[in-house]
Amino acid sequence: MQKQSIFQSKLLPYALVAPQLAIVLIFFYWPAAQAVIQSFLLQDAFGLSTSFVWFENYLELFKDPAYFAAIVRTFAFSFAIAVSSLSFALLLAVMADKPLRGSTLYRTLLIWPYAVAPPVVGVLWVFMLHPSLGVLSRYLRAMGVDWNPLLNGDQAAALIILAAAWKQISYNFLFFLAGLQSIPKSVIEAAAIDGARPMRRFWTVIFPLLSPTIFFLLVINIVYAFFDTFGIIDTMTRGGPGKATETLVYKVYTDGLLGGNLGSSAAQSVILMVIVVVLTGIQFRFVERKVTY
Amino acid sequence: MVEEEGFQRYLAHIILWIGIAIVAFPVYLALVASTQDNAVIANGQMSLLPGGHFLETYYQTLFVGTSGSTREPVLNMMLNSLIMALLIAVGKIAISIISAYAIVYFRFPFRMAIFWIIFITLMLPVEVRIYPTYKIVADLHLLDSYAGLSLPLIASATATLLFRQFFMTVPDELLEASRIDGAGPFRFFWDTLLPLSRTNMAALFVILFILGWNQYLWPLLITTRDDMQTIQVGIRKMITTTDALTEWPVVMATALLAMLPPVFVVVVMQKLFVRGLVETEK
Repeated sequence: MQKQSIFQSKLLPYALVAPQLAIVLIFFYWPAAQAVIQSFLLQDAFGLSTSFVWFENYLELFKDPAYFAAIVRTFAFSFAIAVSSLSFALLLAVMADKPLRGSTLYRTLLIWPYAVAPPVVGVLWVFMLHPSLGVLSRYLRAMGVDWNPLLNGDQAAALIILAAAWKQISYNFLFFLAGLQSIPKSVIEAAAIDGARPMRRFWTVIFPLLSPTIFFLLVINIVYAFFDTFGIIDTMTRGGPGKATETLVYKVYTDGLLGGNLGSSAAQSVILMVIVVVLTGIQFRFVERKVTY
Repeated sequence: MVEEEGFQRYLAHIILWIGIAIVAFPVYLALVASTQDNAVIANGQMSLLPGGHFLETYYQTLFVGTSGSTREPVLNMMLNSLIMALLIAVGKIAISIISAYAIVYFRFPFRMAIFWIIFITLMLPVEVRIYPTYKIVADLHLLDSYAGLSLPLIASATATLLFRQFFMTVPDELLEASRIDGAGPFRFFWDTLLPLSRTNMAALFVILFILGWNQYLWPLLITTRDDMQTIQVGIRKMITTTDALTEWPVVMATALLAMLPPVFVVVVMQKLFVRGLVETEK
């Protein structure tokens, strides 16, 4: 697609793209290239000499059980966050899609958590479920649960998943509601005339028509769980206890912070880049929201 | 119209209110905690009703900070967050709209190459390239500066794509018409295109402001001075000390102050927010 009617100028267009190009090259391509180059290098312990080691940093990573565990953990977290947040948001969206009094108020009251920053989400939830002073922990203990996410890795993981899913409800709700509202009412009426009860109407008519939205949101939620949970994890558990809540992004952060192995940290970054590119590719391919060139 | 039986309708109301309660409870708890005495909270005896320390806590939070050694008034943190968010939102819109203008309204060598160079940045969030970017920002002596906080986050293609798509829908006749009026590229941009883009810019601004205000990892890495802290980083530092010393009312007040501007924007500018959200999601 191209404009037929355009301006003629030799230098002006370059001047117009220059600021963005400069920023993108300096703060995007240069660091990305650095990460790739670094990932093929090995520095000795004193930082005096560097040698080119091909894929050794990558091989080391894949041989490292801790890294493998972080990959599995990250995918498990993403899946748990996406499924719990999506199903709850879908339930709310189906309810809000009905012709109810006060539906705009409901929408307003459900979408604002989108604006709460991940570290703040972490602080709110850590306070609510703090082992010694959390309000909800009292009830959990009264029910006989030995609640202590500071020591129990599974509980810490559950805490992260809950908090991360909570934040994402509003986003999913908005997109589900938009998806539901775009389904023609006549289709649903036709099913109703055929005698389908509400539950049946939902599973046989609405749900299949909503599948593009579901798939789109699934990818978005996985990307969210990969990257945006950093702030939640950092304020709630710092990846602990042990490494029970250390995701791939958090591992890049801590490994780099300790300043230990630059090559390994860079290799981890490159692997993350590949994962994002693949996820974005899947999204573009299957969810026909193509950008026109 | 599909009939909704009365029971179904009641059920919908109930489920929605339960949803709202789940969504609002952590924030209610924060509000209540911010008005109570720290000793009571630390004992695990916190009441679910507001206490009487509202003014005291918020005064301390905004103007003094925690009692710890690295005290920093939260008002100052909010100012840093505001400057960063505005720089990111305005900067991204400004550089994107002019580069989209060049790509759509001019033909020049490497036009598509440049478009692709910008487009690819869409895929990689700052999180995957933090340390190399950190090194560059450090080499440029931009640590602890507003430029360092915002420039790396401006490097992304979403806004450029959005403006490009919008410009493609602007009828060619408008350009013809302003050309007949003797307008050059600057006048056409300023008098015709910019006014038409106003809603798009506003929607984009709302989303970018929220994203900018909520940045965490990047400010955490590149700010070392306490007076350059953003509120998201500041709140984390408040709970680093051992639990016994955490001043929960101040932390909770800070949490509420941190969410106030973006939540306000979402609620008040809901239409623009929804539009921006849907459009920036590719």
